[in-house]
Amino acid sequence: MKTYTYTEKKDTRSGFGAGLAELGRTNPNVVALCADLIGSLKMDEFIKENPERFFQIGIAEANMMGIAAGLTIGGKIPFTGTFANFSTGRVYDQIRQSIAYSNKNVKICASHAGLTLGEDGATHQILEDIGLMKMLPGMTVINPCDYNQTKAATIAIAEYDGPVYLRFGRPSVPIFTPADQKFEIGKALQLTEGADVTIVATGHLVWEALEASKALYEKGISAEVIDIHTIKPLDAKAILDSVAKTRCIVTAEEHNILGGLGESVARVLATNNPTPQEFVGTKDTFGESGTPAQLMDKYQLNAEAIINACETVIKRK
Amino acid sequence: MANTTELQDLTTQVRRDILRMVHKVNSGHPGGSLGCAEFLVALYNEVMDRKDGFDMDGLNEDLFFLSNGHISPVFYSVLAHAGYFPVEELSTFRLINSRLQGHPTTHEGLPGVRIASGSLGQGMSVAIGAAQAKKLNGDNKLVYTLHGDGELQEGQNWEAIMYASAKKVDNLICTIDLNGQQIDGSTDTVLPMGSIEAKFLAFGWDVLTVEEGNDIDAILKGMAEAKALTGKGKPVCVLLKTVMGNGVDFMMYTHAWHGKAPSDEQLENALSQNPETLGDY
Repeated sequence: MKTYTYTEKKDTRSGFGAGLAELGRTNPNVVALCADLIGSLKMDEFIKENPERFFQIGIAEANMMGIAAGLTIGGKIPFTGTFANFSTGRVYDQIRQSIAYSNKNVKICASHAGLTLGEDGATHQILEDIGLMKMLPGMTVINPCDYNQTKAATIAIAEYDGPVYLRFGRPSVPIFTPADQKFEIGKALQLTEGADVTIVATGHLVWEALEASKALYEKGISAEVIDIHTIKPLDAKAILDSVAKTRCIVTAEEHNILGGLGESVARVLATNNPTPQEFVGTKDTFGESGTPAQLMDKYQLNAEAIINACETVIKRK
Repeated sequence: MANTTELQDLTTQVRRDILRMVHKVNSGHPGGSLGCAEFLVALYNEVMDRKDGFDMDGLNEDLFFLSNGHISPVFYSVLAHAGYFPVEELSTFRLINSRLQGHPTTHEGLPGVRIASGSLGQGMSVAIGAAQAKKLNGDNKLVYTLHGDGELQEGQNWEAIMYASAKKVDNLICTIDLNGQQIDGSTDTVLPMGSIEAKFLAFGWDVLTVEEGNDIDAILKGMAEAKALTGKGKPVCVLLKTVMGNGVDFMMYTHAWHGKAPSDEQLENALSQNPETLGDY
């Protein structure tokens, strides 16, 4: 079995910051907007190097989304930065009308997604944002898994013409994808090859899926781990090819099981190849205060939960 | 350059278009549309510096954003007469498979429209973004907008109003259609807003008022003054005092025609008050 190791941990938001800084040097049309969270979004480097292309909006996310839509008229490629909660639920109608329906080339970049925001608690821990964004016609939804992939995704979405929701997070997580990767929107990555069960994971849960696959291997279960960094458009072929071999699947995401990656996968399977599926995600609940590790443990968003789900789903074949 | 008589004739034809459009589909918003006919006719035919044809980026030309998208009938009629699409297409307003949706949108690719509007309170933010893009591009043309007065009850406007002055967006002229009416009644009965002028001034804008907002000469004079105020570090607000339903006696001075179409008899009466000038579509 192919195994993954890491030498360094970093937050995915820093990958965004590094990608944005690189875009500042390579693409003169890229502009950035922030609603009073420059440090949290790691936008300092871009701002330092391109002060004229940065717009501090203040604590006014609705205005930020509208200004971003307007900046595209004139050829700019705006990247908005704030927490995932304030990037989606707070401004849903602004995104819906002024960005998605108007098909504006805005990149909505959202940090601190999910439970791993930690101690600030449920007011800030959005677990519904993937669902909100994937329901908007024309919206691309991307949730990369580590620093390198987030940096590559940030750079890639500037080349794509259309609205994008880019979701990343706060905690330091292992860096296990290559620094020189080319990010392809909508193209799933098969990380391990397996025959007994498919694990489709996104974001911070991809590393947990790899940890789970190691433990499963010790138990004689061969798991195929797929990194779905793009939730919409979903790589249906990668999923269907894998379950054609394994005949069962576990989805894993730091998001409500209602409306998330799991439901998108279930739709692909139900309409093409009905397959037993187990869902690792939050069970229609809000989060709470705690350390990221404590929360991922309490809400069962970890390798242990993925292992249990795999063992359950294999029995359902 | 058109003279006032020509603009007045066009306004009369635009009124006929508005009335016939909403009558045909028995839906749409004639009241606010009629109230802004003179303004939009003057804006598109005299005030704005526009290029021929249409492209989304609108570089090196003045731009306009309609924030109160429900007055789409007047917007569509003025755009058609300004050459953005065939006047005959006005007959498809609100019909299935039309580019002339109930509220304006870019979705069907209608030339002249740069943003969807209808859900209120979003247009000023978009216009600010477009104005800041012009500054980045070294484009010294202006961005114009139109908003309803009731629309100012949406909080996003005040985020935008605060931002525009703080960031010295001085290539922006926002016009407020001050007709004092909204769906449920007068603005003073629904949610009294006090002095809108004082509010804009307090937020750091230059403000001027056009008392006769349905008089083309007064509009042209006011907009020339507004234009002269641009480029001086402040965004500019024009308070345009209009009469909802202007030009059709039984539709004036009431909110009743905000979102209601005339009957056959009412249409006939309304059209007789506005004899054909340039020819109906």
